[in-house]
Amino acid sequence: MFRLRDLSFRYKIPLRGSLLVVVTALLVTASLMFREYDALRGDLIASSAGMARLLAKTLVTPLVHDDVWRAFEIVNSPFHTSGRGVEPQAAEMVTVLDARSRVYVSTQPARYPMLADPVRANRDFGALEHAIAHYREFEPATVEMPDSDKLYVVTPIVADGVLLGTLVMGYSKSAFVPRFYAIASRAAAVTLLVIAVLLPASWYWAQRFARPLAELAQSMGQVSARIPDDDEVRVEQSRDELGQVGAAYKAMLKELREKESLKREIVVSERLAAVGRLTAGIAHEINNPLGGMLNAINTFKRHGGADAMRSRTLSLLERGLLQIRDTVAALLVEARVESHPLSRQDIEDTRTLVLADAHAKSACVDWENDIVGTVPIASTLVRQILINLMLNAVQAVGENGNVSCRVYRDSRELHIEVVNDGAHIAPERMGYLFEPFVSERAGGHGIGLWVTYQIVRQLRGDIAVASEPDDTRFHVSLPLERQVA
Amino acid sequence: MVAGRHSQEERGLRRRAFLLAVAAATTPLALHANARDVPVRFGLTPVFLDDHAGFLRDWRKYLEARLGRPVQFVQRGSYREISDMLRRDKLDFGWVCGYPFVRFRRQWRLLAVPLYHGKPLYRSYLIVPAAETTTQSILDLRGKVFAFSDPDSNSGFLYANYRLAQAGERPAGFFSKSFFTWAHRKVVEAVAAGLAQGGSVDGYVWDTLEKFSPEVTRRTRVADRSPEFGFPPLVARGSVTREEIDTMRRVLLGMAGDSEGQELLEQLNLEGFAPGSEGLFDGIDRMMKAVNRFNHVPAA
Repeated sequence: MFRLRDLSFRYKIPLRGSLLVVVTALLVTASLMFREYDALRGDLIASSAGMARLLAKTLVTPLVHDDVWRAFEIVNSPFHTSGRGVEPQAAEMVTVLDARSRVYVSTQPARYPMLADPVRANRDFGALEHAIAHYREFEPATVEMPDSDKLYVVTPIVADGVLLGTLVMGYSKSAFVPRFYAIASRAAAVTLLVIAVLLPASWYWAQRFARPLAELAQSMGQVSARIPDDDEVRVEQSRDELGQVGAAYKAMLKELREKESLKREIVVSERLAAVGRLTAGIAHEINNPLGGMLNAINTFKRHGGADAMRSRTLSLLERGLLQIRDTVAALLVEARVESHPLSRQDIEDTRTLVLADAHAKSACVDWENDIVGTVPIASTLVRQILINLMLNAVQAVGENGNVSCRVYRDSRELHIEVVNDGAHIAPERMGYLFEPFVSERAGGHGIGLWVTYQIVRQLRGDIAVASEPDDTRFHVSLPLERQVA
Repeated sequence: MVAGRHSQEERGLRRRAFLLAVAAATTPLALHANARDVPVRFGLTPVFLDDHAGFLRDWRKYLEARLGRPVQFVQRGSYREISDMLRRDKLDFGWVCGYPFVRFRRQWRLLAVPLYHGKPLYRSYLIVPAAETTTQSILDLRGKVFAFSDPDSNSGFLYANYRLAQAGERPAGFFSKSFFTWAHRKVVEAVAAGLAQGGSVDGYVWDTLEKFSPEVTRRTRVADRSPEFGFPPLVARGSVTREEIDTMRRVLLGMAGDSEGQELLEQLNLEGFAPGSEGLFDGIDRMMKAVNRFNHVPAA
C-alpha cells in the first residue's frame, strides 16, 4: 500500500511548501473575512439605525391617522433606492407592528398579513418582543439571532412620549456572502500566484536536498553484498547534516573494509596453524620409524655381507628414506636451534649465495644491508628466511629482471623487505600462498614460503605480501629478543 | 329644475361679488379674472391616471394653445380637497367623480363627460389577488382587509358601501380592516402586493392600467363588475361665465377632431368628450341616498 510518508523528498518538500502557502493563505483570508465581517456589521448597524430613525419619524403621522397605504409606501421606500437588485445593506424585510405588537404593515404582506401575530409568521419575533418591552430611551436596538443568519433592528415609533408602534427591519447576514466571495477569490488568485513562483524553487531545493540522500541510501543498500570503494561514494562536501552523514558513512565503510581484511587474515593464519600442527604431528610420527629404518640399513651394510644385488637394493632404500627424512625435516621447522646472534656478515654471506642464481638469470640484484654490529636474533633462521625469499624472487623475475632486498632494524624489530618486478601473484592465490605444496612453479616442492612462514611465526614475527603487476613485495618483521637486547 | 339652477346662479353671483371684494384687498390679479394672461385653474383627481407628468404637460400646452390663455393644473391628495377648492372658487374647472358631482351639483355646472368605449359610462370593479379564485362578490370578503380608493369616489367607495348596505353591513364591521389609498392605481397596487385581500377600483382605470402596465393588473383578478354609471365628469364652478364654459367645452369636444387631440385621448384611453347630461348620474345619486339612509345621514 502506498503511504504519503513513503514519498520521496523530491515530491514531499514541494508538496509541503505548497501546503504551507495554502495554510498561510487560508489563515490570512480568514482573518480578513473576520475583519470584513466586523466592519460590515458595524456599517450595517450604523446605517440601518439611521434609516430606522428616519422611517420611525416618518411613520408617526400615518400611524396617528391610521393611513395604512401611506405607511406601506414609507416602509417600501428603502427598497426603491437602488435601481438594480438589492444593495448588500438593504433591509430584507421591514415590518411595522402596532402598539399591541400585531402586524400593521409589512413589505412582505403575504408573509406578514395585517393584524396578524408576527410570531406565527416568523418565530424570531418572539425574541424581539423582549427588546420591544425594554426600549432604552426609545433608541433603535439591534437584535442578533444566535441560531439564524438574521439581524434585526427594532425601533419604537413614538409621538409625544407615547409608543404608537414598532418598526422592525430584518437584515440577512448572507448579504455579506458576495463580499466574502470576492475576498476569497482574490486570496485564491494570490495563493495560486505564490505557489506558481514557489513550486519551481522548492522543486529545485528538493532535488538538491534529496539527490545526495538518495545516493547514500542506494550505496547503503549495497553494503551487505559488497563494500563500495571510497570513490564510488559521492557525498556532499559540507559541514551541514548531509555532509556529516556522508563523512560518517565513509568512516563506517573504512572500518568495515578493515574488519573484512582482518577477518580474512585470521582465517588464513588459523588455517596455516592447523596445517602446521598436522604436518608437525605427521613428521614426528614418521621420524621415529624412519630413524629405526636408517639404523637398520646401516647395521646391515656393515655386517650383512657384500652381495652386489643386495647392496644396490639397500642403497636404493636408503636414498628413498633419506629423501623422506629431508622432506619431513623441511616440513618440521625447528626454531629452537642454538645459533649466534645475527651479524652484518651473515646477511652478506647470504648475498653471495643468492648472487650465483641471480647471475644465471641475468637478474639485477639491488642489495641494501643496514645492519651494524649484531642483532639479537638467531642468525641461522634469518639467513634461511632471506635465502628463501631471495630465491623465490629471483625465480619470479624474467630475464634481466630486478630484485631488491633491504634489511634494516629499528629499536624493536628487524625488517626484511624483498621486492621483485616479476609476474604478480593472483589475488585468489593470496589466501593459500603460505600453504605447503601449492607452488605452481615447476621443479619446486612449494614448501619454501611454508617454511618461511613457520619460522616467522615461531619467532613471533609477521610476514605480509602485497602484489601488484611489476611489484611483488614481501615484508618480514621480527621482534628482537629482549633478554639479549 | 331651471328655476333651481337660476337661483343657484344668483347665489353664486352674490357670492362671487363678495369674494371679489375680499380678493380685491389681497390679490390684484383677481380683479382681472378674465384677462388673457390670468391662468385657467383646472383641478385634477385620480379619476384617471393623473400621475403622468409628461401627459399633463402636453395636455396643458394643447389647452393653452386652443384657449389662448395659460392653464394651470392643480392636483391634490384627495377628491375632497379638489371639491373644496372648487366650492370655494379656488379652481375654475375640475375633473371630479360622479359622487361629489351629485352631492354638489347645485354649486357646479357640468362641463363635459368623457366617452369611454363610445359611451359616457363606466363601471366599478371588485378586484382580488390573482391567486385567489373563489371570491365572486364583495360579500365573500367578510373579515378580510379591504382597500378603498377615496371616500369621495363612487367606484372606489360608494358602490362598495351600497352593496354592503344592501346586505345590511358596514365596512367597519364587515372587514377586519379597511383603508384608503387615495388613488385607484394604488388600490390595484395594494391588492397586487397582497396588502389587501380585496379592493374597489374604477373599472376604466383598471382597464387602462392593463393596457399600459399589465404587470401590475396581472397580479389581480376582477371578481365582480358593477352596473354602468355616469363617467367621472368635468365640471365648472358655479361662478365661471357661460362664455368661459362654452369655450372650454368647445376645446374639449374638439379634441377628437384633430390629430394632436386624438393622440392625447389615446393616452387617456378615451374616445373623446361629450356634453353629457346630469341624468347620467342619477344612479349614483340613488345609491348615495340609499347609503345615507342606511347610515342615518340626513339628506343634504
